[in-house]
Formats: sequence, C-alpha cells, structure tokens
Amino acid sequence: MTIINDPVVTAPPAGPLVEEDRAAHRFRVHRSTMTSREIYAMELEKVFGCSWLYVGHESEIRNKGDFVRRPVGNRQIFMVRGRSGQVNVFHNSCTHRGAMVCRQDRGTSKVFSCFYHAWSFNTDGELVGVPGRDAYGDGLDFSKLGLRPVARVESYRGFVFLSYDPDIIGLEEYLADAKEYLDLVIDATEDAEIISGTNEYAINANWKLLAENSIDGYHAVSTHDTYFKYLGALGTDLKGGVTGTAKALGNGHAVLEYAAPWGRPVAKWEPLFGEASREEIGRLRADLVEKHGDERASRMADTNRNLLIYPNLVINDIMAITVRTFMPQSPDRMEVTAWELAPREELPQLRQRRLDSFLTFLGPGGFATPDDIEALESCQQGFHSLGPEYNDISRGMAREPQANDEEQMRAFWRRWHHQMMGDA
Amino acid sequence: MNTPAVDSPTQAPAVGPRVADLASVTRGDVEEFLYTEAELLDDWDLDTWLTMYTDDCRYVIPCNDTPEGDPARDLVLIDDDALRLRCRVERLNSRRAHREYPHSATSHQVTNVRVRPAEGDELPVVAEFVVWRFRGERSTAYSGRYHYRLRAVDGLLKIASKRCTLRMGSLRQVSDVAIVL
Repeated sequence: MTIINDPVVTAPPAGPLVEEDRAAHRFRVHRSTMTSREIYAMELEKVFGCSWLYVGHESEIRNKGDFVRRPVGNRQIFMVRGRSGQVNVFHNSCTHRGAMVCRQDRGTSKVFSCFYHAWSFNTDGELVGVPGRDAYGDGLDFSKLGLRPVARVESYRGFVFLSYDPDIIGLEEYLADAKEYLDLVIDATEDAEIISGTNEYAINANWKLLAENSIDGYHAVSTHDTYFKYLGALGTDLKGGVTGTAKALGNGHAVLEYAAPWGRPVAKWEPLFGEASREEIGRLRADLVEKHGDERASRMADTNRNLLIYPNLVINDIMAITVRTFMPQSPDRMEVTAWELAPREELPQLRQRRLDSFLTFLGPGGFATPDDIEALESCQQGFHSLGPEYNDISRGMAREPQANDEEQMRAFWRRWHHQMMGDA
Repeated sequence: MNTPAVDSPTQAPAVGPRVADLASVTRGDVEEFLYTEAELLDDWDLDTWLTMYTDDCRYVIPCNDTPEGDPARDLVLIDDDALRLRCRVERLNSRRAHREYPHSATSHQVTNVRVRPAEGDELPVVAEFVVWRFRGERSTAYSGRYHYRLRAVDGLLKIASKRCTLRMGSLRQVSDVAIVL
C-alpha cells in the first residue's frame, strides 16, 4: 500500500477522547478515534463484542435449510433456518480443527460438512457425522461437539441480530426508541423481503465516519449537488426543500425524520411515477390510513427516515429502503454491505421506481454514494495531516436541533465513549 | 479511429465504422467500434461517446452476486436508459462529481471479441474486459464480460444495449462504479 493509506499510529490524548462542554455549546472528538490501532482493537472488543449487531433478514432464509454466510463484527458466522423453523446463528468453525463448515455465501443445505476431515453438522448444529468414530473410544461425548451458536440471537419483526455478549440486555430493550421507527418501516411495508442483488463495497475510512454520514443532513446539499440536479432533470420539483428533525433515540441510536419533495413508492405519488400508478398509490395510501389512522399513515407515506441503530446498522426509509451494515477492517478501512427491502407484492412500475431510486441515489454506481465515499476517504486522508487534533460536532447545540444539525451524531459518540470507557 | 461521419448540429460528431447492413459486419468492424468506445472513455470524451448509443439504449451492470440480475426485478448497480446515461455524462462532466473530480486515469482493455449470429436487427457481441482505474495513489481494476447488442442506424453501428457482468465477487477492491465501464 501507499504511504497515504498507512494507518497513522496516533497516540490517544491524555484527556478524554470525546469532550462535551454544554455551557460553551462545544462537542469535540479526538481524531485518534479514527486513526489509532489501539482504539480500533478496543472497539472490536468493547463495541462490536458487546452490542446487538445486525445479521440479516429472515426473508433471506425463508425455508428450512436456507442459509447465508457473512462476517459480523469481524467474526465468521452463518445464519441458517433450522429443522423446526427457528433461526440459528453459528460460529463458522468446525469443532474438530477449526475449518469453516459453511463455504458459500448463500444456499440451502441439510448438512454442513467440514471438507478437511469430513465432520458434518445438521442445521441445528448437531454433530451428525464423524468418519472413524470408533477411534475415539468411549470418553468423548460427541453431543457436546456440535457447532457453537453465537452467545445471543434475537429477531425483531424479521430483523435478526446477534450479540457476542451473553449478558447483554434483551434486543427490544436495546433498541429503545429506535423500535418506533423500525415499526414505521415494517408496518408500512407489511410483507417485506430483501430482494436479490447485494451491494458489497468498501471505503478506505474509519467505520464511524459512515455512522456519522448516514445521519448527517448537513452534507446533503454540498456533497450531492449532482444528484439533486439529476432529480430536477427528471422533473421532480425540489423547491419545497427538506425540513425535519434529528433525534437521539437512546443507546446511541438516532434518526433524521424529514419531509422531502420526492415521491415515495410506499404511498406518496409524484408525476415521475406516471399516471398509471397514481390510482394504485392512492389505494396503498387508503390502506395505510385504514390500518394505522391518518396521522401515522401520513408519517409513513410522507416523511423520510434515516435511522441509525447503534453501532453499525442503517435503515434509510427514503424513496427506497436500504438495510446497510458496515464492518471495520482496520482503523482506516470498512466493508459496507447494503440490501434493498421491499414489499413482496408490488406493482411493477412502483418496484421499478423503487429500484431506480435505490441505485441512482444509494448504490455505489449511483449519483450520490460515490461522492459520500470520496468525502469519507478525504476525511481519513485529512486526519493524516496531523494538524487539527479534534473534529468539531457542535452544530445545533445552542438551539432545538434540526435535521441538518449534529445532535444525532453526538448521541452516537456519547454511547461510543461510554462503551469504550468500560462502564457501559 | 474510423471514419467520422454524420454531422449532427446539436451533438458531437458520431463515430464508428460505416456499415451497409448487419449481415456484412465483420469482427474487424466490431473490434474497431469497441476500441473506439474504449478510446473515447479513456479520453473522457463522454459527449462523443454518447453518440455511439441508440436513443432507446440500455447500459446495465448487475450486482456482483447476481450476474443474471434483471433490473426490473432485482437490485443492480447501474440501469441507465438514454436519459439517465445523459445525466450520468452530465454529472461526470461537472466538477461536482466529487468522486471523479479530478477524473481518474483509466485504461479500457477489450479482448476476446466474439460476434454472434444476428438476431433480427440486432447483432449480439460478447467480449472480455479489464478496466484499470488510477486515482491518487491507488490503482484498481474491474474485470468481467461485456454483452453488447449492436444495431445499424443510418449506416452506422450503434450500441442498443451494453451489459457489463463483473467477474469480481464484490466491489470491495474497487470501492464503487463511479466511472463508466
């Protein structure tokens, strides 16, 4: 690698990593949080080792034996629908000598075999095959040599999370006020599924920069000018602008909720969708009103949500719905994986609008995400100047925070700091 | 470069070999045409490049894990019709496409060109590609297969459809698809 991408070994400061002075309306984060290997190693243990982390959506493993394999919190795991229909998540490692037993990213299987010595396990993790078992004598209890499940697995309305911390609070309690926002997304989509096609990319920047970016309303106008021009070229009337609020939701979770001029396939029509879909969207909207009442239906249909579930799950409920996670690889590199969530049954032209919106705005081949990647990498390289020691995250501290302020980021950092200091 | 032809008052001049009809198109013609496209992309002459496409064109890149992905049903990386392709070019020509300002140096390498039998008024062409992208201190490469459908329009070859199926398991090494492949 090049000099510019070599991690800087920046010593953490003598003082706190995160400094808040409410009287002076000042919130600062030391840049070693983004560059130090020592802090990175601590994060894997204290943040990723002790939080609820998103694994996947139940719709990805609809039938018994369906599985997906993916690293979560830098550990190799796989999720599989077991024999009685429950969701199992295992450490992907043979209990004999360690090789991975699941070697495909997705598929369907009744058995997971380690090719090294051919030990095999069923979808509930039980060891069901050991060649030459009699060589082990009577002392060995094979029933104890099943695949190791991860410490905790819980699902919230189809969203599966794991934790490596056996003593963590329950998932619902952990989600705190984020639950209300997840409910809005799920209730509005009803029978939602992850559709096929995964965005798997990477950013040469610290993972926390993407947590910030995902709930940062302030950067939209300056960074994404070409995207708004594109929307304008399609005929979207952008005069109304974007207005809304930013909120901390407890436990480091945060949300931007805002009204924006674009249409939303869930139930907000705009001319771009075409006259043909106007009636269908009207019907969808009437359904929402009937099920959820005027106020909640309008919130589902008219407002957008960028939801951060601490530490590394982002659900953008905009003109399409993303489910996006990002895993740190080193202090200055992360791997991002994004999926699209959509109602299973959807009018083709609405599905088309949803797909178009996702890939033009939210995807790595679109008109916006590459510029976010550039911004984050540019920050990471800027940290290498070793000039300013702190990032400033004070915006909006002296007023009721708005969607383009930074209160939601401060909530993330407070939680992060709390966990890192070991008293979370 | 082959014969520049047909001055259009509003656009850059069209490029590419003149063809009488699809049946007479040789692999040499097609190679010349694809090399011209590669050259225009590497020269960042995107306005001229656009003239190689039909008015009802499609430019598609499926997700790495769904090579057969259908843009009407599945999430893909890029699904441009003529309008969105023009918007893409407009974006890449601007200083506000931060990921590509300043532009990367690229090298589009097209090989293994196979011309399939014509289907109606379209000529299917398959080729392998490697696209190098050099930006700052980083060099990355995209690798995969092009699937073209070519048409003869007013005696010139045009691209009706270009689908780039990436061979790489993911975009992790290259970060994004901010350039045209």
